Amino acid sequence: MATKASRAAARLMISPAVLLLLGWMIVPLALTLYFSFLRYNLITPGAHPFVGWENYYWFVTDPSFKVAMVNTLQLVGGVLLITVVGGVIFALLLDLPMFGQGIIRIMVIAPFFVMPTVSALVWKNMLMNPVNGIFGQIAKAFGFQPIDFMGQIPLLSIILIVSWQWLPFATLILFTAMQSLDREQLEAAEMDGARWPSRFIYIVLPHLSRAITVVILIQTIFLLSVFAEILVTTNGGPGTASTNLTYLIYVSSLLQFDVGMGSAGGVIAIILANIVAIFLMRMIGKNLDA
Amino acid sequence: MARAVSTKTKVINTAIVGTLGFLVFFPILWIAILSFKTEENAIRAPLEVLFGSGWTFESYFTVQARSDYFKHFSNSVIISVGSTFFGLLIAVPAAWAMAFVPAKRTKDLLMWMLSTKMLPPVGVLVPIYLIFRDLGILDTRSGLVFVLMMMNLPIIIWMLYTYFKEIPGEILEAARMDGATLREEILYVLTPMAVPGIASTVLLNIILAWNEAFWTLNLTAARAAPLTQFIASYSSPEGLFYAKLSAASVMAIAPILILGWFSQKQLVRGLTFGAVK
Repeated sequence: MATKASRAAARLMISPAVLLLLGWMIVPLALTLYFSFLRYNLITPGAHPFVGWENYYWFVTDPSFKVAMVNTLQLVGGVLLITVVGGVIFALLLDLPMFGQGIIRIMVIAPFFVMPTVSALVWKNMLMNPVNGIFGQIAKAFGFQPIDFMGQIPLLSIILIVSWQWLPFATLILFTAMQSLDREQLEAAEMDGARWPSRFIYIVLPHLSRAITVVILIQTIFLLSVFAEILVTTNGGPGTASTNLTYLIYVSSLLQFDVGMGSAGGVIAIILANIVAIFLMRMIGKNLDA
Repeated sequence: MARAVSTKTKVINTAIVGTLGFLVFFPILWIAILSFKTEENAIRAPLEVLFGSGWTFESYFTVQARSDYFKHFSNSVIISVGSTFFGLLIAVPAAWAMAFVPAKRTKDLLMWMLSTKMLPPVGVLVPIYLIFRDLGILDTRSGLVFVLMMMNLPIIIWMLYTYFKEIPGEILEAARMDGATLREEILYVLTPMAVPGIASTVLLNIILAWNEAFWTLNLTAARAAPLTQFIASYSSPEGLFYAKLSAASVMAIAPILILGWFSQKQLVRGLTFGAVK
């Protein structure tokens, strides 16, 4: 088996990856942390004095921070709710005997491969535009007043767009998990007289629970960082109505050039993501043992 | 199957699930249709769009002339293929070593690598932006190749690791018994068996890099802008633009949509880090 020589070779083969990832993690992280304690704005020249927790204080007490936090939670929660429920439904439906299952599956999965800027702009203009969008035209055809999606319900609109993008991911994973369901168990339950709802609650759902957890954790990591969809549709507005934490940090760092403030926000975002990451890592770690 | 399913049930299922699937797919189909209409016809009521006149290829040419699709397309190709290629160069040996010469710490190392992926990009936006500015690599393709390579490196390593793990170790021992050197072992025994795993890793990572829309939007302006940025330029349009936006969108997503359909299975594996198989 592994000799001393092959161990040395292995270490040599791993080291570039380790060094790069270590640098990629530590250097920017240390800088973010360092900047977050400085008064540092790219527009005002001169020294960058150390100001302690000042940036954190101003970032957190700014009214837009609270709004952004609530929006972030609503965005993540809303998308999770839609995609997990929708994903379970689609996974069950795709599992039924039917013709052309491959083609239908491809149609459901397609949105995942659409880049965020495209899906956001297409939904904003072709579907949600109150004058020319399809939703508006359908509403008019039935005699209703079209909704101004981006003006009246900006956050909900973004939730819908992002859900459309992530529904395929949830569906694909839950559908994959469905494949390993023990069909005989289901049939036995059916023969014993268990109706569909109880078969679903007591057999299917417990079987899917692990996959659902994985979907929730992975999506949360990505959903905390939703950015492009907001940038090209509402720019975080009207006002701050659709600003999430990621977008707020972008505004203070790259639009207001406030390095210190943006960094303080960045540290907060990192802490938030890490809370979720810990749970995800535990689950994956367990799987690695098995 | 223990039970025969009647054709009637199958037809009903197909109709219901097919309709729902079609609704999910509809926005993509719709832009494909609009992209072949004139601007005046693209904003008509849906049924008029479908059955009315005004079919043309014009928008595709306009988009190319107005915002140089091919420049952005080649940027996207270079960035996604480049970041995947360099990622592989670093990841293949690492995943290899961890799969075939596992040490006590291999598992911790893997978990740590994965944890770097959990770092939200916005948390390091400021330092990366400033470092790029000071090095003069803002808005360059090489800068983006590097960032996206680092972003996806943990996924590449993980995917390769899970694939390599499935190659039985006995084959390696047999090769060694027959007197193969380490180099021969890697080149003639392992590589052919690893090709499918590497191929699906490549596919998934090209897709991820192609659609990446945080760093590509924040670190590029004009010269190195890939298709994500190219489409974002249509967010503040002048005049009628539905047909043009549709044509631009179709051109931006078509290449990756096709690649994506081939890699459905790998997608699950790659994106869940092996937690769901």
